[in-house]
Amino acid sequence: MKRRHTFLLSMLCFGFAFFYIPILSMIVYSFNASRLASVWGGFSTKWYVSLFSNKQVIDALILSLQIAFVSACIATILGTMAGIALARFTKFRGRLLFSGLVTAPLIMPEVITGISSLMFFILMAQWVGWPGQRGFTTVTLAHITFSMVFVTTIVQARMLQSDRSIEEAAMDLGSRPWQVLRDVTLPVIFPAIMSGWLLAFTISLDDVVITSFTTGPGSTTLPLLIWSKVKLGVTPDINALATLMVGTVAIGVLIAGIVMHRAERRRQHDEQMAFRANG
Amino acid sequence: MGGKRLSGWFDRRGWSDVLIAAPYIWLLLFFLLPFLIVVGMSVATKTSTAPPFSFGGDYPLINLQGYVRAVSDTLYFRSFITSLVSAGIATVFCLLIGYPMALALTRVSKSWRNILLMLVILPFWTSFLLRVYAWMGLMGKSSWFNVGITKIWNALVPAGWAVDFMPMMHSNFAVVLVMVYTYLPFMILPLYASLERLDPTLDEAALDLGSRPWQVFLDVTLPQSIPGIVAGGMLVFIPAAGELVIPTLVGDAASPMIGRVISDQFSSARDWPMASSIAVVLLVLMVVPAMIYGHFQAKAEGSK
Amino acid sequence: MAAAGEPFLRIENVSKFFGSFQAVKDVSLDVAKGEIFSLLGGSGCGKTTLLRMLAGFEEPSSGKIFLDGRDMTGVPPWSRPVHMMFQSYALFPHMSVEKNIGYGLKHEAMSSQQKADRVREMLELVQLVPYATRKPHQISGGQRQRVALARALARQPKLLLLDEPLAALDKKLRERTQFELMSIQHRTGVTFIVVTHDQEEAMTLSDRIAVMDKGEVRQIGKPGEVYEFPNSRFVADFIGSITSFPVTVVERVSKQLRLSVPALGGDVLARDVPGLVEGQEATLAIRPEKLHISKERPEGANAFQGTVKDLAYFGKDSLYRVVLPSGALVQAHAVNASRGGEATRAADWDDRVWISFDPSSAIVLTE
Repeated sequence: MKRRHTFLLSMLCFGFAFFYIPILSMIVYSFNASRLASVWGGFSTKWYVSLFSNKQVIDALILSLQIAFVSACIATILGTMAGIALARFTKFRGRLLFSGLVTAPLIMPEVITGISSLMFFILMAQWVGWPGQRGFTTVTLAHITFSMVFVTTIVQARMLQSDRSIEEAAMDLGSRPWQVLRDVTLPVIFPAIMSGWLLAFTISLDDVVITSFTTGPGSTTLPLLIWSKVKLGVTPDINALATLMVGTVAIGVLIAGIVMHRAERRRQHDEQMAFRANG
Repeated sequence: MGGKRLSGWFDRRGWSDVLIAAPYIWLLLFFLLPFLIVVGMSVATKTSTAPPFSFGGDYPLINLQGYVRAVSDTLYFRSFITSLVSAGIATVFCLLIGYPMALALTRVSKSWRNILLMLVILPFWTSFLLRVYAWMGLMGKSSWFNVGITKIWNALVPAGWAVDFMPMMHSNFAVVLVMVYTYLPFMILPLYASLERLDPTLDEAALDLGSRPWQVFLDVTLPQSIPGIVAGGMLVFIPAAGELVIPTLVGDAASPMIGRVISDQFSSARDWPMASSIAVVLLVLMVVPAMIYGHFQAKAEGSK
Repeated sequence: MAAAGEPFLRIENVSKFFGSFQAVKDVSLDVAKGEIFSLLGGSGCGKTTLLRMLAGFEEPSSGKIFLDGRDMTGVPPWSRPVHMMFQSYALFPHMSVEKNIGYGLKHEAMSSQQKADRVREMLELVQLVPYATRKPHQISGGQRQRVALARALARQPKLLLLDEPLAALDKKLRERTQFELMSIQHRTGVTFIVVTHDQEEAMTLSDRIAVMDKGEVRQIGKPGEVYEFPNSRFVADFIGSITSFPVTVVERVSKQLRLSVPALGGDVLARDVPGLVEGQEATLAIRPEKLHISKERPEGANAFQGTVKDLAYFGKDSLYRVVLPSGALVQAHAVNASRGGEATRAADWDDRVWISFDPSSAIVLTE
């Protein structure tokens, strides 16, 4: 039956306008020649030029990318292990605590995670002399801890969907359990692991609150730099920076979308060919 | 021989022990231990030493002053109320905007649906801070948005109510608006997931039995999407209630939200025990109900 | 079941297009009050689309549907006195059995006592009283089917649509449910329209059957008519199995046709079909159970010799595949009427046997 969903579709349009008008406005004003962020003073790209010549911004960006890369890699390894463990082993000592530890960071307010991490690092430094100073290491450790549970959630969900009989088949064909894991399980859940990594990377790259508590002098990530500038108000060079970041993400998502679409079409095509060959 | 025994152990159960132990130990060390420090700190006494706390001394070993103040001091009490009310209003608006959007997503064609879903997720991949910042640009008193809203307002209301600009920035209104904006995808995605699973023939069955489309929505769609509403509500409410960035950037400094109070107590006032006490109270108020709910939800799912 | 005067349900030249694809092609049929009428066909034959047009989920692209004399064009599903039993049953998972059954009564002007009585009556009708407060996922598949039936009947529809009512049940349950459906229909007197792809289901349940193919109705008739007197090779093939051969009409002899059948290596006598002329080409179709198999040459015409190539024992009967000298294969069913297993059967592998059939059993088709 054809039903007109006028109300629903207009809500959809309203929602997307709500999502994108602020971002579009920010992009338009990044090309504003005026120093006053909200008054249009003609077209200019000078804020982009000043952005690229700003060493502080470039350094912060590099530091952010380094932290995000390292923490995403470790968080993916640990998170995947936890996800597989929770999906496959239904009974082991301390499982209840373990599953609680995996969910708690997801719903813990960031402020609390931030102050608890900072007190932990300060007290550890006092009691065992480590960490000597806060910066790259402490920020990375904190990021790993709260991003690994997102990887766990994704991997666990994927594991629960996957067909256990293929693992049993591998074991039946003579593989030891850890070989099954390496040869069968990991390749099957690889897409979930990849999206987990990407999510961990993004979370780390985006974090302000936890970073602001766990960092030390001289280690300013890009979000922290933006945070300190934005607290003082709207400035055109932040508009330019925001535009570049939004643009990068949009292009990345677009490319990922096209690649996935192509792969899907190819798979459908292959299936059709196979079907015809059988028929 | 030793190597063989070791590999035999690894084949049988060692691999699974390693699989469990590595993330387990990590979380115990870097999540549970810091959290226990917060709990311990909440009953310590503030000092002017470094680090600024002690147990015992002139005060009882377990000092509950922090908790007493957290629940009795008007400043903290008002902050709790402001946070819970703001987060509550933001959650309701996310639901009112997000539900029709999620429902609409289940009704558009397959190819459109993927593109639109991507557009819902896209803002999530862009920096949270910059999404808040985008609204700072719009709400400022000389921005095109504020000027436009002011013109509409002045055209609609009697002359006596006319204003020069809309006082949007640095208000609880701004906090709620930006919360709705930044957390809306968290509402839409679980709602979409639960609505998309519904069997469309159930709608047809209800229509066939005499219900009009709006009755079908109330009788069939809405009750079945309650798990999605609760999941989305928690994903919005919990982080919104503890939010620090949004109230700091666009909020009213005179009526701070609880996240900001914790941060200020910790960093500016250097009162670690007080900050920890408030943190524990916040957790008990929000996180514990959420975890209990999650536990029962999982049990209910399991019994099906 | 002849309709007295106006038919109860009249489908008049109904067509349905989805884009450029025509799902239903100019279908016209009449259904009498109290009939069980089946729409039978394979997947994609348009039977479900036709059913959905009766329910009001789809509007015909052209043509009209009249129910009890009323034009149903533009009447939304919720205003039609037509209820449907869905193939998946479509039970509301969040409502108990009695809530499901009572759902349609919400819209009736009845006191709550009357509604409760009606639900109770329905529960008794489908023998589910002890399960009234259970949720759909707490009862068996057969019970769910009965809840769906009771829910659709609760508002006393003029027309009940059943979409593959037995498809989700296992074989034993299906047979029992068939009789239950018929007895419930008999007791309530509601007109049933059944959509099915299963010819046995259609044969046992229905008063009349419409065989559909590619959006068209190919034949309408009582089960016996459609089975014994199919009007085309498609219908003959779809309902039951047949062995068919190309034939040429030789002559008409005393109300019978003499046909030349090269595959059988001789002539065959068949019941006369009006309109056929000498020299015309046609198809001869024979049902396996109409073929007799014997070691000695039987009396009468239509007997041919061949060799048993395959035989399959089904318990109650056996299927023989006999090769003729021309290389053609004939299938014959023989009932195993006496006990004794393999020793008592009519023939064995590689036996030379005679196959024969009565001239009245031979179906001559021109389509």
